[in-house]
Amino acid sequence: MSASGPLVLGIETSCDETGVGIVRGTTLLANVIASSMDEHARYGGVVPEIAARAHLEALTPALTAALAEAKVSLHDLDAIAVTSGPGLSGALMVGVAAAKALALSLGKPLYAVNHLVGHVGADVLSGEDVEYPTIALLVSGGHTSLLLVRDLVSDVELLGETIDDAAGEAFDKVARLLGLPYPGGPQIDRVAATGDPAAIRFPRGLSQPKDMDRHRYDFSFSGLKTAVARWVERARDAGEEVPIADVAASFREAVTDVLLTKAVAACRDRGVPRLLLGGGVVANARVREVAAERCAAAGIELRIPPLSLCTDNGAMIAALGAQLIESGHAPSDLSFGADSTLPVTVIQA
Amino acid sequence: MLLAIDTSAGSSVAIVDRDRGTIVELGEADTRRHAEVIGTLIALALAESGVSIPELSGVAVGMGPGPFTGLRVGIAAAQAFAFGAGKPVVRVVSHDAVAWGHYAAGNTGPLLVVTDARRREVYWSTYSGADEFGLPERSRGPAIESPAGLETLGLDGHARIDAAEVSAASAGLLAEGLFQHRRAFAGPEALYLRAPDVTVSAGPKRVS
Repeated sequence: MSASGPLVLGIETSCDETGVGIVRGTTLLANVIASSMDEHARYGGVVPEIAARAHLEALTPALTAALAEAKVSLHDLDAIAVTSGPGLSGALMVGVAAAKALALSLGKPLYAVNHLVGHVGADVLSGEDVEYPTIALLVSGGHTSLLLVRDLVSDVELLGETIDDAAGEAFDKVARLLGLPYPGGPQIDRVAATGDPAAIRFPRGLSQPKDMDRHRYDFSFSGLKTAVARWVERARDAGEEVPIADVAASFREAVTDVLLTKAVAACRDRGVPRLLLGGGVVANARVREVAAERCAAAGIELRIPPLSLCTDNGAMIAALGAQLIESGHAPSDLSFGADSTLPVTVIQA
Repeated sequence: MLLAIDTSAGSSVAIVDRDRGTIVELGEADTRRHAEVIGTLIALALAESGVSIPELSGVAVGMGPGPFTGLRVGIAAAQAFAFGAGKPVVRVVSHDAVAWGHYAAGNTGPLLVVTDARRREVYWSTYSGADEFGLPERSRGPAIESPAGLETLGLDGHARIDAAEVSAASAGLLAEGLFQHRRAFAGPEALYLRAPDVTVSAGPKRVS
């Protein structure tokens, strides 16, 4: 099974990573990622126009590198897959336009796929049998989404998502507040290592009983960010030294707690004993630790793809494309566009 | 023979040949649908012309000036098509394609080409005329200016074209001419002529 299946090249340009991946069925052959992260650092967050410009410059070199890494030629490919949404509109369009032209130049079928479902699809490259249904918690600088995946290529339901900031965005903003550089996730993780996660009780967004009816699986990090800012301002106004390690650890604990509380609740409520993590925030040490503890306690199988397949990448897009082909889905019509708000129920555009 | 693409204004795709001229040209004037239409336009151009990809000698593309998002669609498509077909990309300044069309129609003399840059600004270039091969000789630009600012540049003696569309066929035939007469193509950088919209924040704002 691992050595067969369609040979698919996947293109991903939904945010600040230009990803080109190649898979054969469920076997990963190449995963090339060019990031424009350094260009965004001085602005404290991803600047859409800078990301889109970088994609245009990075795409052809990434294609060349991926083909070399996979040791295949363009003519060997069975299909092209591309992220058509959700994501930053201008950034998505670079990948969409390139994928259409590449597919036409090669006479190959083209599959336009959903970025978030692609994150779920990354798990098929694990080399193990993947079982469905699964709950998927996707957490990055652009998304915080909780999905119920009954079937990767035909049945994905959005249980909840953030109603304001994405979790990764909250990490960036709190890091900035504490005078730490961008991207904030690894910085918070680093300074939190010596802090006390119970030092300050920061709020857990949308976790009060009154919120649990309408927002049982939704997230909110805007209030948390403001609470941290207030706490730090109060300390500075009082002339106290801000205990950065404790603030970082307590903030990280609040984010982690709410993410895993809701994810585990979804597993229990829906009777699904599997949880898949995806997105860049999965790199966070505390998120992984708490996920492992709580899943073990609840009898839930926890799956976390390697980090290079958790952050945005083209291999997961190729993998989802290959799954669509193997289940008999027809290629996408050439007229699809970039859809910045493509719903997860639209697995293939 | 070239596949030619320009999305600096609307979306235009053509197949051109040095000897046969424009074989087919297709366009979509809507300036908000570049990503949607680009694939279909390329597929139709190939189908309607009956030209097979191995017959092409390259892909010509207009590098702008043009508004960011749409401009990139054509450049990304041209680069990827050329990559897949194993052909070179030849780049031209989109305003030069407009000027090429003007002189190819028999006009002479100084020319001002103006296109919409949105946000109450325009992109502009001037040309002193065409050389002996009909290739436009750009004297100033491409640059960006307010419409009022453009009036102060002393360009009264120029014929003026406000181009709502840039013809890919003109871009392709210009590229054929530049190649034939060993003139320089445009550089690899997209001609945005504007920095990305972003300002460095002074730091976090107080919340209390």
